Amino acid sequence: MSAKTDVITDDYKEKYGFSDPVESYAVQGIKGLSERVVQEIVRVHDEPAWMEQVRMKALKHFLDIKPPAWAPDLADIDFQSFFYYARPTAKAADTWDQLPEYIKRTYDKLGITEAEKKFLAGVGAVYESEAVYHSIKGELEKQGVVFTDTVTALKEYPDIMRKYFGTVVPYQDNYIAALQTAVWSAGSFVYVPEGVKVPMILQAYFRINERKMGQFERTLIVAEPYSEVSYNEGCSAPVYSSQSLHSAIVEIIAKKGSLVKYTTLQNWSRDVLNLVTKRAHAYEEATVSWVDFNGGSRLTRKYPSIYLLGPRAKADIISVAYAGPGQVQDTGGKAIHLAKDTTSKIISRSVSKGGGHTAYRGLLHIAKGAKNVKSTVRCDALLVDQQSTTATYPYMEIQEDDATVTHEASVGKVGEEQLFYLMSRGISEGDALSMVVNGFMEPFAKELPMTYAVEFNRLMSLEMTNAVG
Amino acid sequence: MKLEIKDLHASVEGKEILKGVNLTIAQGETHALMGPNGSGKSTLAYTLMGHPKYQVTSGQALIGGESILGLTPDKRVKKGLFLAFQYPVSVQGVSMFSFLRAAYNNSRPAGSEPPTIFEFRETVAEKLKMLSMDDSFLNRYLNEGFSGGEKKRAEILQMALMQPKFAVLDETDSGLDIDALRIVAEGINKVSGPETGSLLITHYQRILKYVKPQFVHVMFQGRIIESGGEELSRLLEEKGYTWIRGYKEEEQVAPSTP
Repeated sequence: MSAKTDVITDDYKEKYGFSDPVESYAVQGIKGLSERVVQEIVRVHDEPAWMEQVRMKALKHFLDIKPPAWAPDLADIDFQSFFYYARPTAKAADTWDQLPEYIKRTYDKLGITEAEKKFLAGVGAVYESEAVYHSIKGELEKQGVVFTDTVTALKEYPDIMRKYFGTVVPYQDNYIAALQTAVWSAGSFVYVPEGVKVPMILQAYFRINERKMGQFERTLIVAEPYSEVSYNEGCSAPVYSSQSLHSAIVEIIAKKGSLVKYTTLQNWSRDVLNLVTKRAHAYEEATVSWVDFNGGSRLTRKYPSIYLLGPRAKADIISVAYAGPGQVQDTGGKAIHLAKDTTSKIISRSVSKGGGHTAYRGLLHIAKGAKNVKSTVRCDALLVDQQSTTATYPYMEIQEDDATVTHEASVGKVGEEQLFYLMSRGISEGDALSMVVNGFMEPFAKELPMTYAVEFNRLMSLEMTNAVG
Repeated sequence: MKLEIKDLHASVEGKEILKGVNLTIAQGETHALMGPNGSGKSTLAYTLMGHPKYQVTSGQALIGGESILGLTPDKRVKKGLFLAFQYPVSVQGVSMFSFLRAAYNNSRPAGSEPPTIFEFRETVAEKLKMLSMDDSFLNRYLNEGFSGGEKKRAEILQMALMQPKFAVLDETDSGLDIDALRIVAEGINKVSGPETGSLLITHYQRILKYVKPQFVHVMFQGRIIESGGEELSRLLEEKGYTWIRGYKEEEQVAPSTP
């Protein structure tokens, strides 16, 4: 988090040159799923007909199909009981007092500023980094880089949206994708022209102009040949949400020789259902990285995947999860090799504590004709105590003989000998546990920008020392 | 100040290993504890440091007259105790630098201002130099992929930083070739000041060529059965541990023999 924060007052339109186009709508929110709610979203966004058609088809599909048998918890969800379109100006929480105690305590312990706290909690309109973004925006525009929200992109970049929307994750892809396509209402749109290397990390919160870190975010990133872009979403601090169902789709198109890195820190409050589909298409010599942390929510289901569509394309997935009391983190990664000389690396690390459950669910697919593929899959789980559990579901479909595949999995308990050793150096038991866990999570933390890594380590330490419980 | 061990009995998983150990070490003294494998030397080390597997069934261990037995290991450190491990464990993802810094900060007197990261860097650089260790050491993960010699040097480095009042060195000489042994032994001498009382646990006499103890104790079947000066270690070296066993049998037959 940047130290620079800026409190937005009434003059922000003039100051920052943008405004929220939907703020005047007084939609209170519509409960349940129906054509009516989809039409309302289309109307509020003023969307083109093609998008309405896609949404309607997706809705029909969702209502027609059943949740997959391998995800029994989805069948237990009453999808009619949620709000699918909340009033845009509604704050996540009306007052600071409304927030769960553990969130307030975590903010204090993470040492984040008062202004940031309120922003994250959704009780104040504070525009973290807005000023920073404003100054870089002009720079990006000069190079033809587009970074805006998906709703705006539908109007301003209709051709690109129409060309790519739903091509990586079509609504028929899976149960949750159908739901999400029907009701999506926010998200980021990134377009990087050929050969352009975006010099800074694009932060999702740069462009959030109200406290509504999308309930149904739809993100599309198009990287033209030989371009480079890094994108970050979320933060270590817990984010309070008044909506208990969150579902996102992220689609990435990485064209020849491009490089796309997508980093997520997910720490929604602990009552949220978080059901996400993330997928990338990597063409010839392109590299796509998913760097993904899931530490919040009651249930997360998310398996970032990469389709390797051209020779020498590379997939890099680091998926780490923390499941505390009452949490299920069902995460993993998929690499689908559909071209020769492609490589993939999937690293998964999970930590369970206080009865939390983590699962690694992964797929490595090497199609017929994809010669000379190299793939490494490594998943390690760490159990902090006896009550916690973990499971591994690695699937492999290998249709070429010459593939070089390594797969390693381990489940470990935090070692008594490790704790004793650290404690014999004057380190308290809680700090010793934090050290072991942060060390275990290091492959993830080292992928983060410095300030994020520090905050992430602090968060894990807080979880380990029960300081936020 | 003294480290006093009085009639200490300890068990591991219900089996009594220490059967009444008596030993007093003053600051500034170097004691060697010798004995055959399985005599209880390492158990004494772990019990003093407070390993949860080792249950004290009776007896006392005091530093400066205060019992340390009810304290967790980290609190024993604050009383001035240090243990150099025979087999230090590795911890992935934790850099030596951050580990050493935590150890250093946690072994300093309560209420003292912790040094800045730059001050600490200087302190550690100086100690590394003393132990002929390279700076790149700090970027490695804690004991991960360390050779036997590197592990032992790392232990002495920790001792140098933590400056304990009482250091227990558990078979610090094991698994070292003669050059590594000399470096580690010299390290021990350098970091042991007049304020350090040391208990050097060793199976062999060879480290005692470099680290000169004033007192030598022989442990056998959970007790210290003989104490003396440096000459005792030479006697052990000449006669071997069968001598103790013989001694023991003799003692049982004729208890009046010294």
